[in-house]
Formats: sequence, C-alpha cells, structure tokens
Amino acid sequence: MNETTPYILLSALLFSIGAISVLTRRNAIMIFMSIELMLNSANLAFVAFAKQWGQLDGQLFVFFVMTVAAAEVAVGLALIVAIFRAKKGTDVDDLNVMKN
Amino acid sequence: MGSEFIVFLAVAIVAIGAAAGMALSRNALYSAMFLILNFACVAVLYLLLNAPFLAIAQVTIYTGAIMVLFVFVIMVLGAEKLPAGETRKEMAWQRPLALGLGGLLLIQAAYVIFTRVVSSSAAKLIDSSPLAIGRALFGPYLFPFEVASILLLAAMVGAVVLTRKE
Repeated sequence: MNETTPYILLSALLFSIGAISVLTRRNAIMIFMSIELMLNSANLAFVAFAKQWGQLDGQLFVFFVMTVAAAEVAVGLALIVAIFRAKKGTDVDDLNVMKN
Repeated sequence: MGSEFIVFLAVAIVAIGAAAGMALSRNALYSAMFLILNFACVAVLYLLLNAPFLAIAQVTIYTGAIMVLFVFVIMVLGAEKLPAGETRKEMAWQRPLALGLGGLLLIQAAYVIFTRVVSSSAAKLIDSSPLAIGRALFGPYLFPFEVASILLLAAMVGAVVLTRKE
C-alpha cells in the first residue's frame, strides 16, 4: 500500500465507469464522452505513478495524451456532425451501411 | 496522509458521483456538464499529486477547449434529448453483460493494484514546475513534441474537410 494507491484505485474505478458507459450507451456523442473519461482516468494513473517513482516522464506523457485527445475530439466530432447530416441522428445501431 | 487524504476523499467522491451521473443521465447536455465537473475534480487531484502545470493544462485544454467543443456540437445538432427507449429489445442482454464485464474489469484492476504494484516511495519530491516541464519538452521529448504539432495540424485539416458542405 503506497501513498498513491488510492489514486490508482480511483483511476481504475473511473475507467470502469467509462468502459461500462461505452458498452451500454447507443448515442455516438455519449460513447465519445465516455472515451474521454477513460483517457482522463489513464492520465490520473500516469500522474500518480510519476509521483510514486519521483520521475517527471509520467507528467509529460499526460501532456501528449491531452494533445492526442484534443486531435481525436476535433476529428471525431466532425465525423459525428457528418453522420448526423446524413442519418438525422447519432444512434450507432443505425450505422450499418457497410454491413451488406 | 492526514488533511491531504481528507481532501482526496472529498474530491474523489465528487469525481465518482460526476462520472456516474454522466453515465446515467438521459440528457447529453447534462452528461457533458457532469463530465466537466469530473475533469475539474481530476485537476484538483493533479494539484495534490504535485503536478500544478498539468492541473492548469487540464482546466484549459479539457474543460476549456474539448468540452466546449462537445457542448457546442450537442447544441448545434440539437441532440441533447436522448430517446427514452434507448435500449433495443433484441439487445436486452447487452446491458447486464456490459455491467458484469465492467465489474470484472474493476475487480481485475483492484487485484493487480493490491498484489502486483511494487511498494515504493520517491526519495524526494520532483521538480514539476513549468520550467522543468518546458526543459524536458524541448530536451529529451523534442521529437514527440514536434510530432504532436503535426498531429494537431492534421486533425484541424481533417475536421475542416469532414464538415465541409459537399
């Protein structure tokens, strides 16, 4: 049991909530927000480990994860807007044009 | 521990409550607000973990830029009201299965944390001032830093192309 163990546990709990939400929600925007929650919980684990081992690298990784999250949100929301225009909704069950 | 742990406990409870509220809310806009609260709580936790620069970056990038984009898209599309009967009949087994799998993931993670994580504590508190982070970003992490800038440029061009009128 370290000083940072509660933080890692909280990170695991937030990640699980995000994973359950990704699996149960049908709306593309909701799934996207849940993925953001999961990325954020991973960041929390990075920072906790950076403190535990006394190294700055964990904090720098969080910086890069934030960059990738920002890029992902820009492209992902553009895709959702394009899908909404074509389908009049963002339900992922309706996105089956490549099925047949 | 002591007072720091009490602050952690209070913030952690709010963070978990906000995450649960995001997962359960019927309104996408309320979900976005819960997620902003969660991100703010995590920023406070960064402060407790000796990462002041990341705490500010969390507030400006996540709650300031990313969530504003989310709220903007939700409002522009008018997609905030989620249909009441969101679950389909033929997929009724999916919800309990997802809950079970999520619980299993949590149990696995807790098991690994309590049995496998090596017990250690840093000899001294690291210097995590903006100066130290800047030195590391433009020193050993210069190449990933430049790749990140190209990634952001590509994402910006991609977003413009994807949302363009045909």
